[in-house]
Amino acid sequence: MISIEEYGDFETSWCPGCGNFSILKSLKEALSELDIQPYELLVSSGIGQAAKLPHYMHCNMFNGLHGRSLPVAQGMKMANPKMKVLCVSGDGCSYGEGGNHFMAAIRRNLDITLLVHNNQIYGLTKGQASPTTARGHVTKAQPGGSKSEGFNPVSTAVAMKAGFVARAFSGEPEHLVTMIKEAMGHKGFSLVDILQPCVSFNKLNTFAWYKERSYFLEDHDPMNWEAAMVRSDEFGERIPLGVLYRNDRPVFETGNRLADHEYAKNDLKAVLQSYT
Amino acid sequence: MTDMSINIVIGGAAGQGLATIGRLLSKGITRAGYHMLVTQKYMSRVRGGHNTFAIRVGTKPISGPCEPVNILAALNEETLKKHSGALAPGGLVVAGDDLDSAGLNALRIPFKALASKPLFYNIVVLGVLGGAICLDLAILESLLKETFAKKGEEVLQGNLEVLRKSFNWVADQKYDITCMAAPENRHGRMMLSGNEAVALGALAAGCNFVSFYPMSPATSVALSLIAKGASLGLQYEQVEDEIAAVNMALGASYAGARAMVTTSGGGFALMEEGVSLAGVSETPLVCVVVQRPGPATGMATRTEQSDLNLVVYAGHGEFPRAVFAPSDPEDCFYLTHRAFDLAETFQTPMFVLSDQYLADSYRDVEVFDLDSLPETARPLLDADDGYMRYALTEDGISPRLVPGFSKALVRADSHEHDEKGKITEDGQNRVVQNSKRLRKESGLFEEVIGPDYYGEEGADVVLLCWGTTLGSCLEAMELAETTKSLAVLHFKQVYPLREEQFLEHLEGADRVISVEGNATAQFAQLIARETGFLVQDRILRYDGRPMTAEYVLKGLEDII
Ligand SMILES: Cc1ncc(C[n+]2csc(CCOP(=O)(O)OP(=O)(O)O)c2C)c(N)n1
Ligand code: SF4
Repeated sequence: MISIEEYGDFETSWCPGCGNFSILKSLKEALSELDIQPYELLVSSGIGQAAKLPHYMHCNMFNGLHGRSLPVAQGMKMANPKMKVLCVSGDGCSYGEGGNHFMAAIRRNLDITLLVHNNQIYGLTKGQASPTTARGHVTKAQPGGSKSEGFNPVSTAVAMKAGFVARAFSGEPEHLVTMIKEAMGHKGFSLVDILQPCVSFNKLNTFAWYKERSYFLEDHDPMNWEAAMVRSDEFGERIPLGVLYRNDRPVFETGNRLADHEYAKNDLKAVLQSYT
Repeated sequence: MTDMSINIVIGGAAGQGLATIGRLLSKGITRAGYHMLVTQKYMSRVRGGHNTFAIRVGTKPISGPCEPVNILAALNEETLKKHSGALAPGGLVVAGDDLDSAGLNALRIPFKALASKPLFYNIVVLGVLGGAICLDLAILESLLKETFAKKGEEVLQGNLEVLRKSFNWVADQKYDITCMAAPENRHGRMMLSGNEAVALGALAAGCNFVSFYPMSPATSVALSLIAKGASLGLQYEQVEDEIAAVNMALGASYAGARAMVTTSGGGFALMEEGVSLAGVSETPLVCVVVQRPGPATGMATRTEQSDLNLVVYAGHGEFPRAVFAPSDPEDCFYLTHRAFDLAETFQTPMFVLSDQYLADSYRDVEVFDLDSLPETARPLLDADDGYMRYALTEDGISPRLVPGFSKALVRADSHEHDEKGKITEDGQNRVVQNSKRLRKESGLFEEVIGPDYYGEEGADVVLLCWGTTLGSCLEAMELAETTKSLAVLHFKQVYPLREEQFLEHLEGADRVISVEGNATAQFAQLIARETGFLVQDRILRYDGRPMTAEYVLKGLEDII
């Protein structure tokens, strides 16, 4: 097992008390317990406070555009299937700007893990509604309360029969470590939606709010899709944490590491001949 | 133009199989050793409508498409109506005996007598056209054998019988057309479309990744790449949208793939943010943009050269790039290969800017000499722990390491970053990193392919063109009946420009006429911006049809 120090310790630009700290710490712990070295890992992230995470950790990273962390992560996996590929971002980034990529990634089922810091608000742009913001939630941009229904990422993922769907809470770090480890161990696309209090902009969905409502799933068979549908729909007075659903759908097939790749000249010559 | 070449136009509705007839015939023509050029015009629909497949064939090199028709093969009444007016003097119509070809010099085909079922009518037309231009029957037979081998002996024999019967039927007819002169002995040549040549150029450069979202007329680049590259280890994916395509390609490129995206104007507009990401993260990427008329959805299956500005200025912020504009399939191959090499060397996006005319235009091409191609640049697979992705260097090029092959970490970032790839808003660092990226421009500048000048030095009139309008300009130069001397200045790289490579040609002429497939002379404006030289005159075509010599000649008449 590699030590957690290998992943470094950096100054961040996160607000004191933010749920992101616990997620970063839990991720490092999970990686250390999984014995994944920094150089064996590729991390793709988007834009937002959450998306800065790979900047605060020793690892290979491609910190790309808002909403586009999933396409980048999938390109990485296709180019180098030997690497562990992690995609990290916020709820606005992953479900709003990147919503279409989220659905496509579930369908494609490459062996990657998506961790979403879900604070139900836009952090970096200072507190507008995100796709997971509850209907009626008042913000500066939604003074009359958000008019749209909150998006439920886990029930969408279960409805689409994603390979692995879990919910965790940054206030339950031990459980979060387990969820990340299980997700990364799953062969295929895996999602961990992580409830993350934003102390600066979300005065509604606070640490206490999540703490009061969340409970650990027990006696739940994640292979049972119907049961998973019911559980994943639960969000409000009670919020289940744990693996909601899993299956072993076929994984998107990849080839060799493309950087090793070289065509035999004769094969190419034969290709040219096919046009004569 | 008949003395130089024969222009065969096959017309009919989508779904009638005219492209099949056209492809087999043009391949036969290529195998026989003639020069040829195919221009396809089709409508944005799957069945019906009116499409044409035009083959210009001759014993001398063919420069571009032409308007007068020497043989018109009409698969339906509409073709006769629409195109018989374009028949050259003595031009021949080939049509079924059920169509009304009264008053035309026509070969009336008794389809029912030559083929037992309508399924074979394509082959009848192929046989008749082959017979009409006195092609060697054995060549057509061998093509059918290759085409139908998979479908079993019975199907093949049925087709061969119809072919022979139709071919021989022509010999007994009285009709007014002379056989083509015997071809030069030029065997073993390829028949290639522009899009196929782009795909082959990419494969030759080691391209092993393509992500795309279908959009005419670019789709066949990806399809050719997949058809020919998959068995060579190419990874490919048809993604959810163009935004995913460009970002996926960047992720793959970062992780060691040699990646390409293919699209047309509307799709490229969506890719722009990703292009900018390639610029700041210094990730190699080749973008193939096949133009069609805009704005927005425009005319999906027609041609235009109106996305020059879009591509030259694509992306927000400032970063280096180069833009290539092929004129024919050979250019498509070599310029795409070069684009990959430069993308890797300079770690910045490269563009191949083609158009529908070239995309679907088949030509006979010498088999590309893979051995003569320069080696394409490669990233590093190994570095020590002190490795920094954005290390400051004199030429602005930081060594690019592929992650995962060594213990060194590779940190790429879309934000402004320091040498280690760490996000920072430090003003001094910003200046240093931005300047570092822009320093690559001087290296790219050294690599610029200058324009080609055709015609006598110091000509009175210079036709200024880029990309696919070259052929029509060259032919117009040859045919123009004027006392003024004419020359053609053609750019196959449109950005960046090095004025010492061409400015004297422009300044030395009495008149410079820009010939472009757009409405606003975008290239003439780019020249003005880059060099201060103002082009006085323009011949512009933007009706969705390719430039032809006739069109240029008419424009010339009006101007000089
Ligand atoms: C294309 C684009 N649009 C908008 C933005 C501005 N922007 C930056 S972060 C962000 C929202 C971040 O919210 P979320 O993903 O929930 O992350 P958080 O900051 O809450 O962790 C937005 C809209 C951007 N950078 N790029
Ligand atoms: S704005 Fe919210 S989410 Fe962002 S760092 Fe501050 S507390 Fe965390």
